[in-house]
Parts: sequence; C-alpha cells; structure tokens
Amino acid sequence: MTAHTRDWDAFITVKDTGYAHMDLAVDGITCAACMYEIERALQRLDGIEKARVNLSSHRLSIEWSSEAHDPAQVVDELEALGYKAYPFDPARVKERGDKVGSTLLKALAVSGFAAMNIMLLSISVWSGNSSDIDMETRAFFHWVSAAIAMPTVVYAGRPFFTSAVKAIKVGRLNMDVPISIGVLLATGLSLVQTIQHAKHAYFDSAVMLLFFLLAGRYLDHMMRRKTRRFAENIAVLKAESASRLNDDGSTTELPLSKIGAGDRVMIRPGERISVDGIVQSGESELDQSLVTGETMLEPVKAGDAVFAGTMNTHGTLIVSVTAAAKGTVLDEVNRLLETALEGRSTYVQIADRASRLYAPVVHAAALLTFLGWIVLGLNWQPSLVIAISVLIITCPCALALAIPAVQVVASGQFFKERILLNAGDAIERLAAADTVIFDKTGTLTMPDQTLLISADKEDEALQRAGQLALSSTHPLSIAVAKASGALMPVTGAKEIAGKGVEAKEGDQWRRLGSPAFCGVPEETLAEAMKQFPSASFIAYAEGESEPRLFPIGQSLRDDAEDVIRLLKKKGYQLEILSGDRQSAVKDVADQLGIAAWKGELKPQDKIARVEELKQAGRNVLMVGDGLNDAPALAAANVSLSPVSAVHISQSASDAVFMGDSIRPIYDGLQIARRAHVLMQQNLWISAIYNVLAVPIAVMGFVTPLVAALAMSGSSILVTLNAVRLRLSFLSKSQ
Amino acid sequence: MEILVYLIPIALFLGGAGLAAFLWSLRSGQYEDLEGAKWRILDDSDVEGPKRAQENDG
Repeated sequence: MTAHTRDWDAFITVKDTGYAHMDLAVDGITCAACMYEIERALQRLDGIEKARVNLSSHRLSIEWSSEAHDPAQVVDELEALGYKAYPFDPARVKERGDKVGSTLLKALAVSGFAAMNIMLLSISVWSGNSSDIDMETRAFFHWVSAAIAMPTVVYAGRPFFTSAVKAIKVGRLNMDVPISIGVLLATGLSLVQTIQHAKHAYFDSAVMLLFFLLAGRYLDHMMRRKTRRFAENIAVLKAESASRLNDDGSTTELPLSKIGAGDRVMIRPGERISVDGIVQSGESELDQSLVTGETMLEPVKAGDAVFAGTMNTHGTLIVSVTAAAKGTVLDEVNRLLETALEGRSTYVQIADRASRLYAPVVHAAALLTFLGWIVLGLNWQPSLVIAISVLIITCPCALALAIPAVQVVASGQFFKERILLNAGDAIERLAAADTVIFDKTGTLTMPDQTLLISADKEDEALQRAGQLALSSTHPLSIAVAKASGALMPVTGAKEIAGKGVEAKEGDQWRRLGSPAFCGVPEETLAEAMKQFPSASFIAYAEGESEPRLFPIGQSLRDDAEDVIRLLKKKGYQLEILSGDRQSAVKDVADQLGIAAWKGELKPQDKIARVEELKQAGRNVLMVGDGLNDAPALAAANVSLSPVSAVHISQSASDAVFMGDSIRPIYDGLQIARRAHVLMQQNLWISAIYNVLAVPIAVMGFVTPLVAALAMSGSSILVTLNAVRLRLSFLSKSQ
Repeated sequence: MEILVYLIPIALFLGGAGLAAFLWSLRSGQYEDLEGAKWRILDDSDVEGPKRAQENDG
C-alpha cells in the first residue's frame, strides 16, 4: 500500500547506542509459552537486535539497527502469530522506567541493611546493659550505630521529608509530618545521648520505622503501577490514531498527539472517529451511542460537526480537525467536568482525617510531659529526653500503615475481580455508596448492537445473511455476522452506500440491507416494529423467496438482571439516567425492575440529578461509559466505567471494570465495604496502641527496647489484620 | 573485647556487599519482570547441543 502508510517515526525513539527502540502493548499473552513464541519469532527477523516480552505487564520492547529494519514487519509477524499489538506513543507514556518505584526500592534496601546492622548492635547493648557491658564498648557500639544511621536517615527518609515539607508549605498536615518529626528527633536525641555517653540511644527505632514505612509505600506503589500499566495497555490497544490526509492525496496514520487543529483526517467506514471536527466532504451515518447515549444512527453530511468516540458506519468522511470548538457538546462536557472535579477534591481521605486529629494531640502530649516533669522538679535535659521518647513511641508507624496496608490488599482483590482502580481513596468512597446510578447505553446494555432474536445455528437464512454481512462495515451487518458465526465471506459481494450489500450467484440476487432495499412490504415492517419498538431492522432477501427481517438493538448484559437483584437485596437505591429515548429507557427499566428512571437527559441534567441526590444526603455511585456521562461521573461521590467507555469518561471515573459482565460492580462494592471495616479496625488498633504506650512514655519508662518492641508489634498487627481481607474472600470462593 | 574492632567492620562489610549486590541487580533491570523471569529459567533454547538440534528439526 503506497497510498496509506503508518508513520512509524512517531513511535520510535533512537537510543544512544544507535539502535531504534519501540515499545508495544501486546494483547493475548496468557502464559510463558506465548513469551517464548513471540521472542523466537521476532529474533528470526533480520536486523532485530533485541526482542523481550515483559510477562508482568504484557509489553514487548524491541530494538533494531536503525536502517536495517521496517517496524511494520514486527506487527505483521505478531499478527501472523495471533497477537494484536500496538506501539506506544512515547509522548503519551509518561514513565518508561519506574523512577519512583526504584527510588523507593533503593531507599527500602538501604534502610533494611541499616536496620539489621543497627539492631545487631542494639541487642548487644541491651543485653549488656543488664549484665556487664563496659562504658567504652557501649560508646563504641553507639558510635558505629550513629555512623550507619545518620546517612541512612538522610537517604531513606527523603520520600517522607519532601512530602512533609510540601504539606507544611501549603499549610496542611499529613501523616508524613509527624513521621518526619519523630524520625529526626529520635536520631537527633540519640546523637546527643551518644556524645554524652548515655545508656540509651534510639537509632534502631528511627531506622526500623523508616524500613517498615518504606515497605508499605513500596507495596502501595507497585499495586498502583500494576493497575496503571494495564490501563495504559488497554488505552494503547484501542489504537487511538487517525489517518491524516496529505496534500498529495495519500494518507498517513499518526498517533493522536501528532494530529493538530486544521489537519484533514480521513475516516473510513467502520472506524471509530478519534478527533472532533467538521465534515468537509462525504456522507455517512454515525453511531453516537458513546457520546449521547442515543442508539439511533445519526446521518451526517458536509458541514456537520462530529465528535471523538462516535462510530462511522458506511461512508468515507473527510473531517477537518478543530480544537475543542466552542458551543459543542464536548466543550460543554469539558466545562462541566472541570467544575465537577473541583467539587470532589474537597473529599478528605480517612488517613488524612486521622492524621489531622493525631498530630496536634500527640505533640501537645509531648509538650505537657516536658512541662510536667519540670514542674515536678526534674532538670530540663532529662525532661526533654522523656518528652522526645513520647514522640518516638507514638511515631505513627501503625497509623501510617493502617490504611495503605488495607488498600494494597484490596486493590489486589479488585484486580482479581477485573477492576482497575484509578484512585487509591476510591475504596473508602465505594464503601460509603448507598445509591447506584446507571447509564443505560453501553453500561447496562452491551456496548455493541446485537441481534435481538436468539441465533439458531440451524437457521439457514441467518447463516447465509451472515456470510454476506462479512463484506460490510455497517454496525447492523456486524451484529448479524457475529450472531451467525459466519466465517466465509461471499465472493463478489458489493457494498452499496446507504442501502446494503448485494451479491450475484448465478442469476440470483442475494441482498442484505435496509428493509426497502430488500423489498420488505411496509406492513411487515410496521408489525415487526410493534414487536421490537426500540430495535433497528436489517433485512435479507434471496432471489424470489420472502425477505427475512432481523431486529438489531441494544441487548442487556447477560448478568444485568442478577446483579441488579443482588444490589437491591443489599439495600442499594437504584436509578437509571440515560440520554436515549424515553421508550428505550423504559424498556430496560421495566426488564430490570428499576422504578426510578429518566430518559432524554443532557449531561447537565445528569449532574443536576446527581447533585440533588447528594443534597438529600445520599452517597452516589455513578456507573457510565459515554461522553455525556463524564461530568456526572466526576460529580458523583464515586464512579465506575466499563473498559469500553470513551477515554474522557474513563479518566473521570475512579475505577474501570473489564469484560462483558457488570458483576464487578457488585463485587467491587462488597470488597470495598469489607476493606473499609478493616481500615477502621486498623485505626482502632493503632489508637489503642497509643493509649497504652503513651502513659508508659510519659512516666519515663520507655527504653529503646520497649520502643522497638511496641512499634514493630503494632505495625505487624495492622498488616496482618489487612491480610485478613484476602483470607475472607479466599474462604468464600472455595 | 578488642576483637570487636575487627569483627564489626567485617560484619558491616559483608552486609554492605549484599546491599551493593542488590542495588546492582536493581539497576540492571532484574526486577522489571518478575513474572517472566521465573519461566525463563526453564527455557532451554539457549542450550547448544544435540537436544537443541532435534527440537529444531521437529
């Protein structure tokens, strides 16, 4: 093909070594055998220097000597093997190497090394203190500990210090503030004690605290990274690219980031439109269900506006790309989205609420301890030591792990149920939800149109219609082809724009297309429309025999009824808000037994309803997939969208669920509720720990040994409690 | 107790060597794909010899 080329340069980065590098998302990798197969096949190609599949992230990275190779070969080879692959646009993949993750892991390794060695020395000192250690040996051990601890605290503490400084700068308190204060005071105090040859030093506590917290942070980060990587793969495999029409009439396929306003883009039949623009030439019908929720096809001609996310059916369009045009649906959606997102940012995470309460109380307690001992006649220096020991023992190790530990385990559970979380605090908000609002099109119903009568493999007319349908890109034909399971297209089939497909066999015509095109009498059509009021019809005719009508429409997801029943049983208040026609919405609502529904809604109407419910004190979970749902998704307390949703909706929602089932909505709510219970338990555990530990510290009985035992004990306790989430679901699935 | 002056630095050196080895393995990308790595050790395709030749024929 010379007229249409894909511009590979946009996907390639040239490395310092002179090799060209490209990353691809590969769909269909299920096991290690796929990995070997792909790597071997690619390494056989000429010029390929390196081909490595990452089995964890389902990505392939290849390197080749720049001139020797055409990257298109790689994609073709993968396709021949049965894998769908699409290259990453370097401009859209923000981090190839995981910088944050490796910083955390390095800090974790350093603090782990330091914690082990300091503990080795500390235990010797503790046992020596109760027997016969001499002053010089103890001083020597303390100095060695100091030499290890000081650089470690500076290096491994950075993630906490920077976050604490950031929070203080904007006048807020987060968990990292008391952590930083605790670690720095413990180290500082120990250094002073060491210089004064005192009996106790707290280097081990400071470093161990960092080690525990870093372990929690790292696990949390890895979980997020895993889900984010899958989300990125899904986005890339959707192949959001566009064919730019060049001045000489040829087209070049480019990633979206390389398409700008004013470019002309060609949209072929059956393609999803990936840009907003004005039609310059061509006529077609668009499936706008992802944008407005409307299931009827919308005719477009030169001069009409088209939106990203709509599906082109049967005509080729030339579209001139516009930057977010004023007054369009998209513009309106973006404006509503911004205001809605601002509203959500007022939500305070449970961990932040805890730390706001915690920090002032603990710091006040330390100050009172200091003053109290002075009043009782102790010197200022030992008083200060006792006050600092209060801060050390209350340093919120367990409190800082309490929420993230549960979040990590819960995200793992979500991942297993095929839900990818966008936001960590989504779990808390999901747990609080008591009202579920569904969009209809693409959420309760399947995202694509399907045949509404049961497909019988013996039905010969359907089989033959299906074969003909393979030659067409019209959504109705695709539905017929899918339902029939036909594989062999009819040779010589021709698509007639706006009418259908026809093929000549001997001297007999076979036609698939609009009822009029196939000669269906008006009365038959009217009768069929009565039977399937919300369906579109496609007809099949063969020679002189009577034409058949196939009703095509949005069918409910298979398990929609079950899931709705389960949700009702759990006491959720359910509602449908749709942009589709009233009659179509009523059908679905009746079928599912949902009494509250509204149709023909605009994006602002959906927001208004969500706000109304929120005003009434409900916690709203919004589930939707369309462009018109995006503002409502952002306005709701928490939101979910299916993986088939438009990009803007996916990024506005808190989590994305995969697959054809809506069961993940129910499962997700259950996991979230259970996780929330565990989070609260964990907060109680750390609160009780503090209630027990603080009096001991205030009285001045805290030795480094007590501090180490108490802190690690409480951290392990909350972590084990978090793991119970996994156990409770394991036992249920067995 | 003077022996401690030698033993502690030795212990620290050994620990430090372990830390250095870990940081090296991290830098060389060995933690990029933990899922794939456990299968790669079972892959025989880099083994030269008669067994490999047979595989290629079949």
